[in-house]
Amino acid sequence: MEEMTMKNPIVRMFHVHKRYGAKKALVDITLDIGFNEWIFVTGPSGAGKSTLLRLMYRGESVSEGQILVDGANLLRVTSRQVPMLRRKFGVIFQDFKLIPTKTAYENVSLVLEVAGEKPAMIRKKVNSVLRNAGMEDKMNNYPPSLSGGEQQRVAVARAIVGDPKIILADEPTGSLDSKSAGIIMDLLKGFHARGATIVIATHDKELIESTTHRIIHLDNGRVDETDPNVVNL
Amino acid sequence: MIFFLKRAIKDMADNTFLHIVTIITIALSILIASSIGLLFFNAGDVMSTWKKGIRIMAYVSPAAGEQGLLETRGAMEKMNGVGGVRFISKEEALADLKIQMKRQLSLIENLDRNPLPDAFEIQMIPTDQTWERIETLAAHIQSLPMIDDVEYGQAWLGRLSNIFSLFQFIGITMGVLFFMVTVFIISNTIRLALYSRREEIEIMRLVGATDAFIKIPSYFAGLIQGAVGGLLGLIALYISYLVISANIEKNFSFYVVDIHFLSGKVILWILLYSIFVGWLGCFLSLKQFLKN
Ligand SMILES: Nc1ncnc2c1ncn2[C@@H]1O[C@H](COP(=O)(O)OP(=O)(O)OP(=O)(O)O)[C@@H](O)[C@H]1O
Ligand SMILES: [Mg+2]
Repeated sequence: MEEMTMKNPIVRMFHVHKRYGAKKALVDITLDIGFNEWIFVTGPSGAGKSTLLRLMYRGESVSEGQILVDGANLLRVTSRQVPMLRRKFGVIFQDFKLIPTKTAYENVSLVLEVAGEKPAMIRKKVNSVLRNAGMEDKMNNYPPSLSGGEQQRVAVARAIVGDPKIILADEPTGSLDSKSAGIIMDLLKGFHARGATIVIATHDKELIESTTHRIIHLDNGRVDETDPNVVNL
Repeated sequence: MIFFLKRAIKDMADNTFLHIVTIITIALSILIASSIGLLFFNAGDVMSTWKKGIRIMAYVSPAAGEQGLLETRGAMEKMNGVGGVRFISKEEALADLKIQMKRQLSLIENLDRNPLPDAFEIQMIPTDQTWERIETLAAHIQSLPMIDDVEYGQAWLGRLSNIFSLFQFIGITMGVLFFMVTVFIISNTIRLALYSRREEIEIMRLVGATDAFIKIPSYFAGLIQGAVGGLLGLIALYISYLVISANIEKNFSFYVVDIHFLSGKVILWILLYSIFVGWLGCFLSLKQFLKN
């Protein structure tokens, strides 16, 4: 319906397959994600959610099929262009991927340093985003000394600090209490309101039940067609 | 630029032990290589002053007349390897001797007749084989009819010179070997440093870091290590030079062995060399590391 007539998708997947050796992680995925859309990807553990996200920022390459991101065909993106591609994304990794030897502040500022932002601007943006994430008191702490929820919030701050077009959030509320989860979802909502596209991989029932956004169910690497939410695809 | 430099220093500080090992490695190899160099510079100096001064004294028989002197001189000038022939008359020789023996002047003054013979000083053309040919040449001169005696005191230096050439070869071989070993060690320590940071590097790439962004601090680290290591090596060399030359002067003060330290130019080259070694080690390890 609405998605069928999607005018300008920011991510398009055509018959994408991903295999790890003999293991089929994703099978024939065709999917459009609209500009400024908010979309959930759900399904049981091992269904291929993380793999789907990884393919988008070329954390891995497809085994078959095509992916277009913001008009660029990932098969044609050279390894030299990969950094530019990745700067379009803010990724909240399932395992956070914070650098343990850098402070919370440094973990976040890295994104801007990598992009060649001016030091004064970096300071301003990082402080602001850490404040929004409620981490300003602990910005000089190292990740191992932070709680899971706090690390999660640093990871979110890092994902949004570079003002990316697309946020890929892999279990952003994974093992959090509802208060921490609420802070994170609010951050993402604010960012969505400013025009970003949000893709959230989760099996958090609470998140999905109450949502009006599109949900894609993955099962065993396939889009689950029997799911009522996907029929409209 | 300053940003990368800061990062390089921070990365090094995060991995102090490894980088200190690298710096010490560079310093040691610079110390060893440049002390070999220093030895050669000084030995080479001695050799070349010797070579320039290499000469044969040929003493003429008192029986030789004006004609005999001329013939002998002509014959010697035609010989292979002879650079120049200077005639020293016995009067000249005596005058020289008087100057040399000021203290015992009375001894000479009391002579009623000049006991010294006329002589020729034969200058050899300096070549690499000078010391090998000196004996042949001396024998040749000796065989001239008007020549009584031939003297070439410093021939032993010639044999030393042969050994010196051998050492030079060994020195160069060791230099090359040290170069390879140092580069190998540096590239390995840098690889270890990178390896210990591989998670961090992987994350940097995931948030959009280019290879250059990742590499540049490592290059700075390599250059800094090369420079610091080279400097330390040279300082160690200078200290040992001071100690050794002080000792030589104490024990051989009459010998007037003039030992020099490396010239400013050579010092600069050694520093550049060690910086280059640091860079090369870095280059090799990064090349391998970023491949996978
Ligand atoms: N690097 C890899 N090598 C081999 N197999 C892999 C690799 N990454 C994922 N897989 C396999 O691919 C399948 C999909 O994995 P993926 O991580 O995408 O699942 P997921 O839906 O994110 O699961 P979870 O909810 O537990 O995070 C799994 O069977 C997994 O074992
Ligand atoms: Mg996952």
